[in-house]
Amino acid sequence: MRVALFATCLVDTVAPQVAMATARLLERLGHEVVVPPGQACCGQMHVNTGYRREAVPIVANHVRAFAGAEVVVSPSGSCVASIHHQQAMVLRRAGEEGLAAEAEALAERTHELSQFLVDVLGVTDVGAYYPHRVTYHPTCHSLRLLRVGDRPLQLLRAVRGLDLVELPAAEQCCGFGGTFSIKNSDTSTAMLTDKMANVLSTHAEVCTAGDASCLMHIGGGLSRLRSGTRTVHLAEILASTEDAVSPQQTTRPAVSA
Amino acid sequence: MTTAPERPAPTPLAPGAPRSGTTFLGLPTAPRGVGHLRGDRSFPDAARDALRDGQLRANLGHATSTIRAKRAKVVGEVPDWEELRQAGKALKQSTMARLDELLVQLEDQVTARGGTVHWARDADEANAIVTRLVQATGADEVVKVKSMATQEIGLNEALEAAGITAHETDLAELIVQLGDDAPSHILVPAIHKNRAEIREIFLRTMPQFQGPDADRDLPDEPRRLAMAARTHLRERFLRARVAISGANFAVAETGTLAVVESEGNGRMCLTLPQTLITVMGIEKLVPTWRDLEVFLQLLPRSSTGERMNPYTSTWAGVTPGDGPQEFHLVLLDNGRTAVLADEVGREALHCIRCSACLNVCPVYERTGGHSYGSVYPGPIGAVLSPQLTGVEDNASLPYASSLCGACYDACPVAIDIPSILVHLRAEHVEAQERTTPEAVAFRALSKAMSHPRLWRLTQRAAGLGRLLARGKPTLPPVLPPPVSGWTRSRDLPTPPRETFTQAWAREHGR
Repeated sequence: MRVALFATCLVDTVAPQVAMATARLLERLGHEVVVPPGQACCGQMHVNTGYRREAVPIVANHVRAFAGAEVVVSPSGSCVASIHHQQAMVLRRAGEEGLAAEAEALAERTHELSQFLVDVLGVTDVGAYYPHRVTYHPTCHSLRLLRVGDRPLQLLRAVRGLDLVELPAAEQCCGFGGTFSIKNSDTSTAMLTDKMANVLSTHAEVCTAGDASCLMHIGGGLSRLRSGTRTVHLAEILASTEDAVSPQQTTRPAVSA
Repeated sequence: MTTAPERPAPTPLAPGAPRSGTTFLGLPTAPRGVGHLRGDRSFPDAARDALRDGQLRANLGHATSTIRAKRAKVVGEVPDWEELRQAGKALKQSTMARLDELLVQLEDQVTARGGTVHWARDADEANAIVTRLVQATGADEVVKVKSMATQEIGLNEALEAAGITAHETDLAELIVQLGDDAPSHILVPAIHKNRAEIREIFLRTMPQFQGPDADRDLPDEPRRLAMAARTHLRERFLRARVAISGANFAVAETGTLAVVESEGNGRMCLTLPQTLITVMGIEKLVPTWRDLEVFLQLLPRSSTGERMNPYTSTWAGVTPGDGPQEFHLVLLDNGRTAVLADEVGREALHCIRCSACLNVCPVYERTGGHSYGSVYPGPIGAVLSPQLTGVEDNASLPYASSLCGACYDACPVAIDIPSILVHLRAEHVEAQERTTPEAVAFRALSKAMSHPRLWRLTQRAAGLGRLLARGKPTLPPVLPPPVSGWTRSRDLPTPPRETFTQAWAREHGR
C-alpha cells in the first residue's frame, strides 16, 4: 500500500524521530511511504484556541497537501481526531462547502497509527523488540474522540522483550490541552503532577502514548524532576528492532531522525 | 391567573453577548450586579489560590473519586444506557425547538389547576416577584428547597434586603449558609468541606449548641451531624408558612412540577407550608408526563450514583385541604433565550443539573467550584455561565478546560461540552475590538501554516531555538512569557537540527 504520512506540525518541527519511526515501521511492514511536501498543520491549535477563522486557510492547505493520497497515516490521536471532527465543521462555518466535502472525504482516508495497524492492516505483532519496562498513557483524544480502545496495548503486548505495566488512573488527562497548558499553567501543572506520580509509581523506564504533544508535556515534567523515566512515542517502540538496541540505547528513542 | 410585572428599562446587553454568525437577535443576557453568575477574578487567578489549598484538594479528590466510582457502577448496570442518553438528548432538542408553545401550555395547565404563573425576564424581576409574593403573606421567613435557579439570581440576598430570612434546608446547602460560604458544586454545594469542618460550623452557628447549658457533644460522625441538622431544621419546617423551591422538571401537558431529592427536606417544604413559590428556569420543561420516564432514570444514576433517588415529589396546582393552598410558579429567563439563539451553544440548555461532568472533570477536581466564580461550576458551568452573562463577562471560563472530553462521555443527555467550549473561545476571540498580541501571533502562524514555503522558513526559525540551549538537551527553564507558562514547571526539548520533512527530503534526494 502507498501510505501518505502526515507528520503533524509538532512532530515535524520538534520530534522528527517520531515521524521517522512511523515511516520506518510502515516500510518494514512492506508499504511504500510518501511524505507530501506541502503538509504543515491540521489547524487544531487555532480552532481550539478560538481562532477558527484563521484555521480555515490552514485546513485548506492540509486538504490540498493530501489531495492525491489514497490513505493517510499520522502518529497522533489528537490531530487525526481534529481531522475527523473539526476540519469540515470549520470550513462549513466559513461557507466553504466544497472544501468541507473534500475534507470529509480526506478524513475518511486518514488513520491514527494504532488504528491503521490493527484495523486496516490487521496486524498486532509488528515484529518489534524493545527490552524495557513500559507504561502506556491513553491520550484523551485518542481515547474519547477516536476510541482507539486497547489497540495500542495490543500492539505493545506483542513487542518482544517489553515489560508492560499498567498505569494507575490511566484515563485521567495529563493536563496538556494545547494552549491550556499555558493559559491555565497552574491547573495544568497540578494535573501533570498527579499524572507523573502515577507514572513514577509504576517504576517504568518509559512512559509511552500515541501523541507526541502529551508526551512532550509529561516528558517535560519528568525531565524537570530529573526522574529518569522518559517518554517515548508508541511509533518509536514499534519501530524498534534488535538492530536498534545497543548498550547506549537504554530508553532513548530507537530510531533517530 | 397570570401576572406580568411592570417592565423596567431593558437590560443592557453585555459586550460580546452570545451571537452566532449572522443570526444575532440582540437578546438580553443576565444583568450585572445581581445574582451569582460572575466571579470577581479570572479563572486562572482564582484557581492559582485554590490549587495551593491542600485541604480543599484532599476533600475534593476524596469526594469526586467516591461519586465517580458510584456513578460508574450504577451506569454500568443499565444495558440501554446509551439509548437512554440519546433519548434524553432527543427529548431536550425537540423541547427546545418548541419551547415557546410548551411554556404557554405549561402556563395554561398550571393556571387551570389553581396555580399562578409569573414570567421573569431576569434575576431582578424574579427577585422582585418572589419578594412581593412573600411580603403579601405577611411572613418574615421562608424555608427553601435546594435550588440552582434561586442561587443563580441571588434570591436569598434579595429577600434579606427586604427583611425576610431564608432558611436553606438541604443539608449541604445549610452547611454553606451557616458557614457564610458559597456553594461549590451543583449537587453537593459543600463538597469542599470535610466532616471535621462541618462539625465546627455546626457547633459555632446552630442555636442548639449555644448558651452555657448547651450540650456541645458533637462527634464528626455523618449520622450525628445529620441528626444535629435535623433538630435544627425540624423547628423551621413546622414554623414556616412559605416555602421556596426550584424544579427539576415541569410537564407542559399536565402542569406538573417535579423535585427529586435525597433527604426528605424537599418534601417537607413542598407539603407543610401554606404558600409554595417555585422558581424555574424556562429550559426545565418536558412535553409530556411520559418523558419523565427517561429523565428519572438518567438523573439519579448520574448525580448521586443511585438507582433511584429516595424522594420524588410531583404536584400540579393546588389541592383543597391538602398541601399548600397557594402556588406560584416563576418562570425565569435570565439569559436563557439568548443561549437558545446560539445554534451551537443552545445545547447547554439541555443540562439536567446532575453534576456528573463536575465529578469527572480533572480541572474541577483540582480547582474546586469557587474558582469558576459562578454558581454553575465545572464543565457545564464553563459553557453555561458565559452564555447566560455574555461571553465577555466570563471570558476566562471557556478556557478552563483541557478539552479532555470526560464531561461529554459522562453527560446523561450527551451535551458535547468540549465543542461548545471551543465555540465560545471563538466567540470571545471574535468579540475583541482591539487586536491582541495573541491574535497577532495566531494570524501570523495561520499565514505560515497555510503556505508551505513560509512554513518551512518558520520551522527553521524555530529550530534556531536550539542556540538558546547551548548544547544541552533542554531549553533554559527561564524563558519570557507566554512560554514561561510552560517552562516554569516543564522542560522544553531543544529543537533538532533538522525537521522531519527536511531529513526525509535529504534521504530521498529532493
